[in-house]
Amino acid sequence: MRILPFIASAVITVGLASVLNTQLPSGTAKTPKLGYFLSPQHGFWKNAEKIDAGFDASIFAKDLKGKVDVYLDDRLVPHIYADQDEDAYFVQGYLHAKFRLWQMDFQTRVAAGRLSEIAGADKLSIDRFFRRLGMVYGAEQTEKYINDNNPVMKATVDAYTAGVNAYLQQLSPADLPFEYKLMNYAPEAWTPKKTYLFLMFMSYDLTGRSATADLQLTNTRDYLGYDLFEKLYTNQQDSLDPIIPKGTLFAMPSIVPQKPLSADSAYLKKQPPMMAINNYSIPPQAPDKNNGSNNWAVAGSKTKSGRPILCSDPHLGLNLPSLWYEVQITTPTHSTYGASFPGSPAVIIGFNDSLAWGVTNAGRDVLDYYELKFKDSTQKEYWHNGAWQATTNRQEIIKVKDSADVIENIAMTHWGPAMFDAHYQNPQSKGRNLAVKWTGHNASTGVETFYKLNRAKNFDDYLSAISLWKCPGQNFVFASKSGDIAIKQQGSFVARWDRQGDFIMPGTDSSYDWQGIIPNEENPMMKNPLRGFVSSANQKSVEATYPYYLGTASSFPLYRGISVNKHLAKMSQITPLDMQQLQTDNYNVFAEVARPALVKFIESSKLSYDAQKMVQEMNNWDLYNNENSKGITAFKIIWDSVEYAVWGDELAGAEVPLTKPEAYVLLDQMNKDSNFTVADDIRTKGIVETLKEQVNLGIEKAAIKWKELEKDNQLTWAQFKATRVLHLTKTPALSRFNLPIGGGVNIINATTETHGPSWRMVVHLTDEIEAYGLYPGGQSGNPGSPYYDSFVDTWAAGKYYRLLFLPKDKIKSDSRTKWHIQFSKA
Amino acid sequence: MNKESLKIPISILLSALATFAIGLYGELPWWSFAVANFIIAIAIPLKPWVHFLTGALGVGAIWAGLATGIDAANNHILSTKVATILPLQGSYVLLIVITALVGALVGGFASLTGAYLRKK
Repeated sequence: MRILPFIASAVITVGLASVLNTQLPSGTAKTPKLGYFLSPQHGFWKNAEKIDAGFDASIFAKDLKGKVDVYLDDRLVPHIYADQDEDAYFVQGYLHAKFRLWQMDFQTRVAAGRLSEIAGADKLSIDRFFRRLGMVYGAEQTEKYINDNNPVMKATVDAYTAGVNAYLQQLSPADLPFEYKLMNYAPEAWTPKKTYLFLMFMSYDLTGRSATADLQLTNTRDYLGYDLFEKLYTNQQDSLDPIIPKGTLFAMPSIVPQKPLSADSAYLKKQPPMMAINNYSIPPQAPDKNNGSNNWAVAGSKTKSGRPILCSDPHLGLNLPSLWYEVQITTPTHSTYGASFPGSPAVIIGFNDSLAWGVTNAGRDVLDYYELKFKDSTQKEYWHNGAWQATTNRQEIIKVKDSADVIENIAMTHWGPAMFDAHYQNPQSKGRNLAVKWTGHNASTGVETFYKLNRAKNFDDYLSAISLWKCPGQNFVFASKSGDIAIKQQGSFVARWDRQGDFIMPGTDSSYDWQGIIPNEENPMMKNPLRGFVSSANQKSVEATYPYYLGTASSFPLYRGISVNKHLAKMSQITPLDMQQLQTDNYNVFAEVARPALVKFIESSKLSYDAQKMVQEMNNWDLYNNENSKGITAFKIIWDSVEYAVWGDELAGAEVPLTKPEAYVLLDQMNKDSNFTVADDIRTKGIVETLKEQVNLGIEKAAIKWKELEKDNQLTWAQFKATRVLHLTKTPALSRFNLPIGGGVNIINATTETHGPSWRMVVHLTDEIEAYGLYPGGQSGNPGSPYYDSFVDTWAAGKYYRLLFLPKDKIKSDSRTKWHIQFSKA
Repeated sequence: MNKESLKIPISILLSALATFAIGLYGELPWWSFAVANFIIAIAIPLKPWVHFLTGALGVGAIWAGLATGIDAANNHILSTKVATILPLQGSYVLLIVITALVGALVGGFASLTGAYLRKK
């Protein structure tokens, strides 16, 4: 043995292998373990699926009760035929894991505040936010409640869990999903709690905006003073076309919420002390304001066939892998098709052989902050109703990759968790001690709503299914083969007095507490109206005569609802194709009103040449937000620039970002009141700017932007808007950019930069159901699969797939059926 | 061809085959082929630098071959994405070259180490 060369080469070999077996720093992130990652038999190459791969298989599992046949169609949608209900959910869990494992695991980690565990201290602020908001706490309440009270739901979620875990058990390390290899961690066993955590995440996504908005509104009011605030952030929406038409009479309320006597001084105008606090923790981005949706149903009286048509398109973040996974579930008790959540059993939005349903977000305020007075820094006692009350301590341990655990000690009060305290602040919370009270914290059998909707046969079944629904409040639309259509806003809604909970409330006595949850019978509902359609688009569900306060107007977008109702009222002899065209309609009803209002103020002769050209482009625009339109780009940058010119000075001096007034506020002022005093730039002392001056100033500023866009060849709406579908890790290589699609805010086709119609569905309730749908993603979560993003281009083009919904004997021989997976008891 | 000169192709072939065979066991760590190369180099007497080349060629060839085959069947869907993440300007060719090079280096040095152990 040549000792020195031997040692040298042994050291090099081991060193090389070790370096290649380590995650190396790369900017703020880390590389994968390169040797492992590149190994063709271990690493990412194993995830490169053959483009003509087959999916036939025979699977044996001990937890099955009987046999299950799964037929996969040419879009990789599974059609599950099971002899037993629980077996169907076992197989749904198995298939979710087979095609979406990493995503399910990742999303529930986000919800559980466990990102740092896999991504390091960088993600700590997101984890702390979710822990302190009570995400895990809420999931625990639901889990305990279902385990103790609801054996059917427990069995359902358990079967689903067993299915996920059966897939995990047979998964070899080399076949781990791509993202695990990229980020270097491994999946863990699924649990029912993860399903409940996932549903908590949906609650957060759809009602959690208040967690940020309430702080911002409070700061905005403190900054502007209540009078100006009330003017700029008015809850009055004159052009509102509510879900339940104006003029509807409401029953006497069973709860009459009383505004506390002290509210005017102690709540609405309160000036809290401003404390200096260091170590701000930046919260995750608040749920997007555009997390909205459209849904509607038209009665047979308005359709060509004489049978109802139901449409639903939830607008959520556009992500890969998609939030949605299509599935058909057929058992002796029911046969259902639609979009499911990887992470949860059953179909969430879909139809069965009797009826169809869809959801939009209700937008109602169900999350409030209460300001606490702690006795001392131990936070063991807080002042309430004239006495010191004891808190309990909830400990949340956050594991951090390559670092020590971080422990959150959260004081639990009767309001809820003390989210903000001396240990946790963000720039918006301004040193306050704040407890958060949220209906999301309460135990919820939301899964059961979908379980029952999947099996519903008629209107009564639908009503009984949704009566269980608590959070996030939704508008459930309904249509049945028998000809009924209906819509109901359902959830656990707080019986509020006017403006209750828009701002931080005093937490020292119970007068500001919720005075009740509105009984289900008093939630807005409409069945078989004479006008022949029901619809919702996140607007306020009812006009002001409804006896309860819904929440701040900024939660209720105004214009999509107007657009939908205008179209539906006009239409007759409707076909499914008409409904597809309506779902993808790009007409801008806001601009229809706003453009003439704006034009009144424009002094063309005084504008620069560039500004004139831009204004001309806007004036010649056909009011459709089509992908190739330049007129909408001109309108958009002009409107934004004018808004900034008008509001910018009022909001500029604040130390933290404030919310901008809603677009309709400026529009109303333009139409009503040309002496609008807020137009004056308060920074220019001695000069009073008029709205006219501000409009023309805004246009000149927009012209600079216009010129830049022109130079970069970005004037068309699709290029300007640059719609993208981002991978959940935001990794660009795994995402899709610059989709050729129109639409936008206020448009029925609500496609913005990163949000949009996430599951477009049109269901014609004929004897054999005729359904169309798609989502901007693909059935496989594997970036190495041709099915990863296979629907994206079709979606962007506004086209649909005919959904295959057949009984077992017919699907076997259908030309679109490609593969067969057989599940049997081991 | 004499017996001596056959040892080189045999070593390359053995190294490639062993790397492939051991890689079929996904539970074993990715670097297990290094141990195989080390043993082959002990078993077959060749000059150390020659063994470096046989190990590197054996592993490099099998890794390049496997990656190329997988990539072609996948129509470069994943390799193009990975070659953007790593970053290799989205070039799947470059990604296959890097893959082969990583395998070749570890294989070569493992063989070299074995050869030095044997050498009197």
